[in-house]
Amino acid sequence: MEKIIVCIKPVPDPLAWDRLAMDPVTKTLIREGIPSVINPLDKQALEAALEIKDACGAEVVLLAMAPVSTRPVLRQALAMGADRAVLLSDHWFAGSDTLATSRILATAIERLAPFDLICCGNFTLDGSTAQVPSQVAELLGIPNIMHVSAMEFRPPGPLLVTQKIEPGLVILEAEFPLLLSFTKEANKPRYSSFLEILAAETREIAVWTNAYLQLGAGLIGLGGSPTQMADLLIRRKVRQGLRLEGSPEEIARLLADKISQLGIV
Amino acid sequence: MEKSQIWVFMEQRGGVLHEVGLELLGKARDLAEVSGSAVAAIILGAEVAPLTDRIINHGADLVLVAEHPALETYRLLPYTDVLTRACREHHPSVLLFGATRMGVELAPRLAARLKTGLSAHCIDLQWDANGNLLQMVPGWGGGVVATIRCPEHRPQMATVMPGVMQKCESSGRSGRVITWTVGDDLDVSGPKVLEICREEPKTRALETAEVVIAGGWGIGGPEGWKLLEELAGLLGGAVGATRPPVDEGWASEEQMIGQSGKTIRPRLYIGVGISGMSHHVVGMDGSELVVAINSDPKAPLFEVADICITGDFREILPPLLEELRRRLGAKQPH
Ligand SMILES: Cc1cc2nc3c(=O)[nH]c(=O)nc-3n(C[C@H](O)[C@H](O)[C@H](O)COP(=O)(O)OP(=O)(O)OC[C@H]3O[C@@H](n4cnc5c(N)ncnc54)[C@H](O)[C@@H]3O)c2cc1C
Ligand SMILES: Cc1cc2nc3c(=O)[nH]c(=O)nc-3n(C[C@H](O)[C@H](O)[C@H](O)COP(=O)(O)OP(=O)(O)OC[C@H]3O[C@@H](n4cnc5c(N)ncnc54)[C@H](O)[C@@H]3O)c2cc1C
Repeated sequence: MEKIIVCIKPVPDPLAWDRLAMDPVTKTLIREGIPSVINPLDKQALEAALEIKDACGAEVVLLAMAPVSTRPVLRQALAMGADRAVLLSDHWFAGSDTLATSRILATAIERLAPFDLICCGNFTLDGSTAQVPSQVAELLGIPNIMHVSAMEFRPPGPLLVTQKIEPGLVILEAEFPLLLSFTKEANKPRYSSFLEILAAETREIAVWTNAYLQLGAGLIGLGGSPTQMADLLIRRKVRQGLRLEGSPEEIARLLADKISQLGIV
Repeated sequence: MEKSQIWVFMEQRGGVLHEVGLELLGKARDLAEVSGSAVAAIILGAEVAPLTDRIINHGADLVLVAEHPALETYRLLPYTDVLTRACREHHPSVLLFGATRMGVELAPRLAARLKTGLSAHCIDLQWDANGNLLQMVPGWGGGVVATIRCPEHRPQMATVMPGVMQKCESSGRSGRVITWTVGDDLDVSGPKVLEICREEPKTRALETAEVVIAGGWGIGGPEGWKLLEELAGLLGGAVGATRPPVDEGWASEEQMIGQSGKTIRPRLYIGVGISGMSHHVVGMDGSELVVAINSDPKAPLFEVADICITGDFREILPPLLEELRRRLGAKQPH
C-alpha cells in the first residue's frame, strides 16, 4: 500500500446552527462567526485509512476544498495521525455544485497520483447530498462503494467491504484502486492526545489554487455547475405552541381530536 | 416532434420492486399531465418482465426492460453502463431515482458520466414557467430548503425521498413494453458480490413512517418504552429515540433521530421525555405536526412543538391509549 487519500470537508459547527442567517439579496447563507468542524463521517473515513496505515504502512494524505480559514480543522485531522494535508482554495471554486466540486477534487487527486485508496464520508452535515463520492470515482475512472459499514483487509488476502442496503447487507470483494465512503458504524474514530494536537499546530498545510489545477472557468464554480440554486429558504416553521391543559383524560381526548384531524385515526 | 420523456428508474432487488419507484411514477404522471410528456419506466435485471404490468398500472406509458444475467444483482458499474447507453439513445428530459442506498450510489455516478446536474433527496418537484424542473432539496438537517434547477443540461436528474410522493394505481391501464438489448460489451468490472444478507427490519422504517413516537431519557427504562411501542402500534407508526435510550439499550441504533441519526419528516411526531436539544431537533423539525410531552414546562422541545403537554408521561399515555383504542374500535364493527 502506497498512498491513501482522505477527503475531509470542514462544515459549520451544528451547535451554532441557530445563528445561521441568509443574505436576503444574494440568497446565500451567512456563515460568519460560525466555527468549522470536521464533517463527522470524514473522521470515520480517516480512521479507516489510519487502520490500514497501522496494519501495513501507507502515506495518508488529507484533501479538502475549503476557505483557507479552515486550516485548524485540517490540523485536527493531522493530529489524528495523517501524514500531510492539501487545501484547495480559490475564489474560482466558490459556488461549485457536486459535479464541479468533484472535478476539482478529482483533478487534485490526479496530481497526488499514484494512490491505492480514497476514503470519503458517506455524506456531509451541510449540503448532505452524498453525491461527491460516486462522482469523484467516476471522474477518476475507478470503482466505488458507498454506505460502507465495515472493511476487512489482511494482505495478502482480498479487501472485503460490507455495504448497507435496504434491507440488510452486501459483502463485496474489491480491488485497488478504489474509492470507499463510510457510515458511522464503520469504526470508532481515535482521539488525539494533547501532545499530538500541539505538534499539529505547527504543521505545514499545502494550499493549491486553480493556478496549479488549471481547470477552465466552464468546469468549476458557478459557471461549471450544471445545477443552479434558484431559491433558498430558511425553514423555521412557525409552530402553534398550543398548551393542552386539564386532567389526563381531558388531555387524552383533546390530543386524540388533533390526531383525528390529521386523518390518522 | 416527439414527446419529451420523464423517466423513472425502477429499483428492484431479488425481483421485488421498491415502493419508491411506484411513488415516483405517481409524481411523474402529475408532471406529465402539465407538460404533455410521456412517462417511461426503466428497469434492469435478469428476469424482470413479469413486473411490467404493475409498473404500467402505476402510471408508465412505456417500460424499457434491460435483461441480462449480469444485471441480476445490482452492481454499480454494469448498471451505470446500461443507463448511460439508454439515456444517450433516448434523450429523456427528466430522470428520477428513489433516494435509497442504491439510488444514492448510482444516480451521481450516472450524472457525472452524462455531465449533467443532479439534485439530492428531493421533497418536491414542479415545473417553472420555462419548462425547467424545480427540485426542492433540504439541507442543514432540514433547516433550509434549496430550490435547484438544471436549465442547460439533460436529463434533469433528481433523487427523491421515499415516502413523500403519492402512488396512483389504476388497473387496466395500457402501456408499451420495449426490450432493450444488452450487448456482450456490457461493463462488468468493479467489486464482486460475495454474499447478500437480507434482513427484514424489525420495526417499520422510521424514514417512511407517517407517525413517529420518539422517546428520550425521561422514559426511564424498558418498561416505559413499552407504552411508546403500544402507542406506535395503535397509530401504525414507528418508534424513534434520542441518543440516551440508544446508549442504554432500550432502543437500537437504527432508531436514533438527529444529527448523528436519521432525519424524519412524518405527518405526526410525538416526542415523549425528550428535552429537545438541537442535535435531536435537526432530525425531526420537518415533521408536520409536533407534539411534546414533558414533565418540565420549560423543556426546549416545547419551543418547536405545535402541541405542548406538561406532565408525567406515565399519567398522560395510558388514558390516551384508551381513548385511541375506543375510537379505533368504534370504526371496526367486530
Ligand atoms: C442546502 C443545499 C443543497 C444543495 N443541493 C445540491 C444539489 O441538489 N445538487 C448539487 O449538485 N449540489 C447541491 N449543493 C451543493 C453541494 O453541497 C456542494 O457542491 C458541496 O461542495 C459538495 O456537496 P456535499 O457537501 O453535499 O458533499 P457530499 O456528497 O454529501 O459529501 C460526501 C463526502 O465527500 C467528501 N467531500 C465533499 N465535499 C468535499 C470538500 N469540499 N472537500 C473535501 N471532501 C469533500 C467528504 O469525504 C464528504 O464526507 C447544495 C448545497 C446546499 C447548501
Ligand atoms: C456530536 C453530538 C451528536 C449528537 N447526536 C445526537 C443525535 O443524533 N440525536 C440525539 O437525540 N442526540 C444526539 N446527541 C445528544 C444530544 O446532545 C442530547 O444529549 C440528547 O438529545 C438528549 O436526549 P434526551 O432529550 O432524551 O435526554 P435529556 O436531555 O436528559 O432529557 C430528558 C427529558 O425528559 C423529561 N422527563 C423526565 N422524566 C419524565 C417523565 N416522567 N415524563 C415526561 N418527561 C420526563 C425531562 O424533563 C427532560 O426534559 C448528540 C450529542 C453530540 C455531542
